Amino acid sequence: MADNKTKKEKSPVVLFVAEEKEPLLSKKNRKLLSDPLDDNNPITVQVLGICSALAITVQLKPAVVMAIAVMAVMAFANVIVSLIRNLIPNRIRIIVQLVVVAALVILVDQVLKAFAYDVSKELSVFVGLIITNCIVMGRLEAFALGNGVWKSFLDGIGNAAGYGLILIIVAFFRELLGSGKLYGYEVLGHKGVTLAESTGLYALGYENNGLMLLSPAALLVVGVLIWVQRSRNRKLIEKN
Amino acid sequence: MKRDSNAYTFIFAAIMVLVVASALAIAATSLQPMQNENVRKEKMQNILMTIGIEVDREGAEEKFNEYIVEQIALTSEGEVDESVDAFKVDLAKELKKPVDQQRFPLYVAEVDSEKYYIIPLRGAGLWDAIWGYISLKDDINTIKGAVFDHKGETPGLGAEITQSWFEERFAEEKIMNDNGEFAGVSVVKGYSGGNAKDDNAVDAISGATITGDGVTDMISDRLRYYLPYLQKQNVEVALK
Repeated sequence: MADNKTKKEKSPVVLFVAEEKEPLLSKKNRKLLSDPLDDNNPITVQVLGICSALAITVQLKPAVVMAIAVMAVMAFANVIVSLIRNLIPNRIRIIVQLVVVAALVILVDQVLKAFAYDVSKELSVFVGLIITNCIVMGRLEAFALGNGVWKSFLDGIGNAAGYGLILIIVAFFRELLGSGKLYGYEVLGHKGVTLAESTGLYALGYENNGLMLLSPAALLVVGVLIWVQRSRNRKLIEKN
Repeated sequence: MKRDSNAYTFIFAAIMVLVVASALAIAATSLQPMQNENVRKEKMQNILMTIGIEVDREGAEEKFNEYIVEQIALTSEGEVDESVDAFKVDLAKELKKPVDQQRFPLYVAEVDSEKYYIIPLRGAGLWDAIWGYISLKDDINTIKGAVFDHKGETPGLGAEITQSWFEERFAEEKIMNDNGEFAGVSVVKGYSGGNAKDDNAVDAISGATITGDGVTDMISDRLRYYLPYLQKQNVEVALK
């Protein structure tokens, strides 16, 4: 990779370089997609993007929408930065990445407001929060700056999927245990004001766990997830 | 030019800023009319929802013109200001003015020959602005319905004020206490009144105390300015 970079520095105007003669979904490229789901998960292994994982996992619906929005922004940001990676001056590369991400997020926000007003209301502040998501910047810096367009695209999709997967799992448990619902539907029965008005589990005296609605609960769930993942996937355990 | 030279860095930054800024400016201005249209129709939808009429965004304008018979702007003394278009009054801007310069928009609806007064609300939640509409029956005491919305409350907690199960708690509540004085409707933590409709209070949402207090304040702060006008109307009706 280092050789590749110095060689290309001589012709900084070349945007597309036919560097890979491999099939679009070769084994290596498939790994870019599958690695972040488990072995190299952004949240449970790299511990990136924890902030938003705490904030928006109270319910499944925002978690799903956020996962999709992050996927769109990451794929595009990775592609754009990868396209101009040989033009970006080294000393202001972080600023350039930030501008690309921020511009994309504002664009997504504006388009949603015009064409998908309800989705944009659902996301509210979280569209803006995508900018602060460490995974986006982390992948731009670590991958898109040194890799081709297609690979960067796959890396963006893969990491956003790994992030989204954890988000959805955490939101599943928090919404189920915290408010007895899944995707807004009352799966455990209806909780009335009195016991007699309740149905399902609530009629038996079941109570929702209010702790699951608060941010610390997300940390607990993520912690349990990391535990489960490591006991299943032994190579993630540190040697010493 | 070398990629790490100062001149290249400056030129790159300048071009990047120009490209990104013009792209965003073009996107924002070209999408603006559609966005404004969405906001306008949503306002109509919300106003209609307080009197129990649910319409989709496309049909909002037609139904609005059908049911809303009067749109008036009031002064803080309860006089009608004919020079102001009530629908265009922006509460966010009005709230910054001194009370005697503010204009208070009021919508009068007639459904099945029942008269309803719809009052726009605006206040502060935990993170940002909250707003809504509340409709009174023509006894100027009983609430017909309420709709709330917010800019940035926490999903699953404060943002739940937009849910119909919370809004429904306000229906049939009274804004006057037993002595006939204005009391508003309080969102109460640890509410024990069940479904009582005559205690000027509704049950709060767990984990959303500050947003709930915001709703309480918003109702009492805004409604009081409408009472002089509304009670005058009521007396006139009674005299007929």
